[in-house]
Amino acid sequence: MSNEYQGAGHGTDLAPGDEHVEGGVGLRVIGYLTGLGLAILLTATSFFVAGTDLVWQPSIPVALVVLAIAQMGVHLVFFLHITTGPDNTNNVLALAFGVLIVFLVMAGSLWIMAHLNQNMMPMDQLMQMQR
Amino acid sequence: MSDTVLAYPGSDPHRLRSMAGIVEHAGPASKRIVTGYGFWIFILSDMVMFSAFFATYAVLLGQTAGGPSGRDLFDLRNVAIETGFLLASSFTCGLASISAENRTAFWFQIAMAVTCALGLGFLAIEGREFASLVARGAGPTRSAFLSAFFTLVGCHGLHVSAGILWLLTMMAQVFTKGFRADIQRRILCFALFWHALDIIWIAVFTVVYLLGSAA
Repeated sequence: MSNEYQGAGHGTDLAPGDEHVEGGVGLRVIGYLTGLGLAILLTATSFFVAGTDLVWQPSIPVALVVLAIAQMGVHLVFFLHITTGPDNTNNVLALAFGVLIVFLVMAGSLWIMAHLNQNMMPMDQLMQMQR
Repeated sequence: MSDTVLAYPGSDPHRLRSMAGIVEHAGPASKRIVTGYGFWIFILSDMVMFSAFFATYAVLLGQTAGGPSGRDLFDLRNVAIETGFLLASSFTCGLASISAENRTAFWFQIAMAVTCALGLGFLAIEGREFASLVARGAGPTRSAFLSAFFTLVGCHGLHVSAGILWLLTMMAQVFTKGFRADIQRRILCFALFWHALDIIWIAVFTVVYLLGSAA
């Protein structure tokens, strides 16, 4: 109900997951339907790209990652209602910090472990040394 | 929400809030915002935990110890069905949030029941997949790759199971206590949790299944 959120206009915050919409239930359902449609479209594209021979093969992993990030964005906006509005600043900042940590953990692990793998003695030789 | 008004009855004795333009700060945030924000922080920390599992999986993807790799094991049609179940359940969970805000208990219970059924369907397919992997000798003890796979996907499955328990609790609480302000806050947190699980599943089907079966 829109009148429940009148306090959440300018200057105040909105709880994550809450939505500030004028106009009744119909618009809100349409919002979720839009999100569902976009999510299905992106998922279908992901599964199609993964199994197809139509696109240049080395581009597939990049395409899959981009599609996944796009779908996460769709979910954040249409399902979790994390928007760029002024009432959402705190939620977006927390999300940005989370994304930073996730990026550091993932990219850092892959980077370091790839180099470690390169610099390590092959496993069978290592096993022989331990005998 | 009614708790926006009632949470701090003495917080605005001079009715400063009505003097628009003079008051810059609206005072302490409502309980709904504080609770939702705190739970949002928890969800983000959960995602950080998952990122460690994802990093482990990505590092160990090639360490199959002579055993089967993702290409031999994964059935992408199953994964597509699982994804469909979770997407649909996210949608019905959204419908449940809308009906909770409109205080229509009937539609709330229907939407939550459908969400629950879809979540259980997801868990059933995942359980069957795990059982068939173990039966084929590709259990978590077979290789580092499979250990990482079972840890990551199993951890998501555990989250979904916990979410379903929470969902049933919310159905029961709305049934017995109605749409009180505290129940509404719990529904808000539950919806955040359920949608966040869907976001993590996007990463799972992309990184684990689609990229994992390509590698």
